Amino acid sequence: MDLIRSHVMVCGGTGCTSSNSAAVIAEFEKQLTAKGIDKEVKVVRTGCFGLCEAGPVCIVYPEGSFYAHVKVEDVERIVEEHLIKGRIVKDLLYKGAVKEDNTIKSLDKVDFYKKQKRVALRNCGVIDPENIDEYIAFDGYQALGKCLTEMTREDVIDVILKSGLRGRGGAGFPTGLKWKFAYNSQSEKKYVCCNADEGDPGAFMDRSVLEGDPHAVIEAMAIAGYAIGADQGYIYCRAEYPIAVKRMQIAIKQAREYGLLGKNIFGTDFSFDLDVRLGAGAFVCGEETALMTSIEGKRGEPRPRPPFPAVKGLFGQPTILNNVETYANVPQIINKGWEWFASMGTEKSKGTKVFALGGKINNTGLVEVPMGTTLREVIYDIGGGCPNGKKFKAAQTGGPSGGCIPASELDIEIDYDNLLAIGSMMGSGGMIVMDEDNCMVDIARFFLDFTVDESCGKCAPCRIGTKRMLEILERIVEGKGEDGDIEKLETLAETIKATALCGLGQTAPNPVLSTLKYYRHEYEAHIYEKRCPAGQCKALLNYKIDPDKCKGCTLCARQCPANCISGKVREPHVIDNSKCLKCGACMEKCKFGAISKG
Amino acid sequence: MKSLAELQAIRNRMLEQVNMRKDDNIDTRVVVGMATCGIAAGARPVMLEFVEELKRRGLDNVTVAQTGCIGMCRLEPIVEVYVKDQEKVTYIHMTPEKVARVVNDHIVNGRPVDEYTIGAQG
Ligand SMILES: Cc1cc2nc3c(=O)[nH]c(=O)nc-3n(C[C@H](O)[C@H](O)[C@H](O)COP(=O)(O)O)c2cc1C
Ligand code: FES
Repeated sequence: MDLIRSHVMVCGGTGCTSSNSAAVIAEFEKQLTAKGIDKEVKVVRTGCFGLCEAGPVCIVYPEGSFYAHVKVEDVERIVEEHLIKGRIVKDLLYKGAVKEDNTIKSLDKVDFYKKQKRVALRNCGVIDPENIDEYIAFDGYQALGKCLTEMTREDVIDVILKSGLRGRGGAGFPTGLKWKFAYNSQSEKKYVCCNADEGDPGAFMDRSVLEGDPHAVIEAMAIAGYAIGADQGYIYCRAEYPIAVKRMQIAIKQAREYGLLGKNIFGTDFSFDLDVRLGAGAFVCGEETALMTSIEGKRGEPRPRPPFPAVKGLFGQPTILNNVETYANVPQIINKGWEWFASMGTEKSKGTKVFALGGKINNTGLVEVPMGTTLREVIYDIGGGCPNGKKFKAAQTGGPSGGCIPASELDIEIDYDNLLAIGSMMGSGGMIVMDEDNCMVDIARFFLDFTVDESCGKCAPCRIGTKRMLEILERIVEGKGEDGDIEKLETLAETIKATALCGLGQTAPNPVLSTLKYYRHEYEAHIYEKRCPAGQCKALLNYKIDPDKCKGCTLCARQCPANCISGKVREPHVIDNSKCLKCGACMEKCKFGAISKG
Repeated sequence: MKSLAELQAIRNRMLEQVNMRKDDNIDTRVVVGMATCGIAAGARPVMLEFVEELKRRGLDNVTVAQTGCIGMCRLEPIVEVYVKDQEKVTYIHMTPEKVARVVNDHIVNGRPVDEYTIGAQG
């Protein structure tokens, strides 16, 4: 590895792995060897770059050229042209990186990255997550060293408190305060846990941190262990994240070999070790008490709080549980100081937040923005708006516990308190974008369907109440809604919120309440007019042929899989709605725009 | 890991390997013309010598990049040196033997080697 002059960073995140980046890496290695430059160009498999939509992606340094949608066949050209002759292969670059005048923008100027600020994701796509030395080169384990050799336990807690860091797993509880409670609990044995359950459908930021920068989580957990006086930690990760689990296990092994985990770290009397515990991917196991019960080897069910985990947690001992992204911020806060962290964000929400942008959005992927960035900036400037010129309708945050932010609130500055105030929540960072074609009643039904499935069944409000709500919603989308359904939903929602045992039930009605708040008219249209304004609910859809526009070309009748369109040649056709499957094939094919749905 | 010094040693050893990925601490860029004309005139050994020399001197704030044909094929191998906030300097007819002086005089001490530049020879 003597003369390395160029690095090819190929994304090995889950997104790009599934678009076959492993084959791209293999091809790079093959081509470099074939051309005899494998000793001067290094290929590195990294974590997620964030722009999964453009995957597989790779960056070639030192030029910083960002290649997107790289196919195995493209590799030879990149090697031949760029790595041997130094000519950047423009037509393979990420579209957004080439300016109109055909010159190239640097990566931080590309629209997708311009407004982002990468703190939790700082190493994702930059280092080889399976090589501890690279993490160390990017200041890794400096913070742990600083804590152990220069700071008291109280100092550490104080810095985290002053930084204003709040939990990134959902509720936004101040992290320093949590640590202080656990520090104050007297016990021989304490534990540090990491919540990597990431149950929110559509969210994948925690997975990306584990895949792209596992040592940051290890380092932060060791720091937390030092601060509260724990010598053992557990990372609770779902088994559906095989790449994350494998990288974490490799990272733990390397940290042990370097003595960064184990006995007498940095020659001090502090000892700390870590293990990974696999969960089966139940949503409720992301709830803190259920998670700890699951680590203990029992069925993952929640229990009432208090006592809070900081007093009585894992194996009955004082325990702190933090989210992956929360931890990913900690080493940098120690290194750069609380003032640095507190200088980003809004008054009560400091730092940055990572969102997993998905749904009807052009740039699907991971984005990290300072708190206080507006929703409009995230959706339009970074996300590139809705595809096919459709109109933005709402963004759903907070997953099954959260709510929808309507287009009228696009200028909201995203932080914990602002989102709560409008009936949504930060949640763990899933952000699903909806356009004019999404039916909001159906969205509410989707999330409720999820919670009904995931309810552990321990308490009646959640087990029975959410099921009743789902039944009503199903009725409404099937066109069988009745007068009074909306009121029933509201009563059930309030009751469940007030009486459910754990956060799962207490927040399950949120998707219904928030859609009712902003889109009540859509519920009403379904119930009273038997009409779905977005044209989504099949039971309420009717396709019609406008006799004035129909030329009787018979194309639609030949397309119809149900044979429900009839009519003579050159005469207007009609659809028999009792047999219609609402597939929409006729409307797509009609050349005269004679077919409409409603 | 028994001490911070040990950690620092690993960091220093690794830094030169990853430095090209850190945009913010790059002060100087050495750009070598590596089109067909450059390669034919012997640009590769020049580029490799730059990498070696910078490494020998532990200069981790300098990157070596390649570029295509600059349009003056008869003057190849051509090397351009961009020092932050300064006008670029173009060296022509470069050889591996000349590299050490460019690194020493220009990159380290800030005095371009005039006799190798396009102004002196072109
Ligand atoms: C039903 C339910 C599911 C949850 N799922 C997660 C999850 O997947 N990941 C997570 O970090 N927190 C989840 N939480 C929040 C955790 O209970 C806990 O508050 C959090 O992990 C604390 O870490 P933080 O303070 O760093 O955010 C969930 C909570 C509930 C009620
Ligand atoms: S997985 Fe490659 S960019 Fe996200």
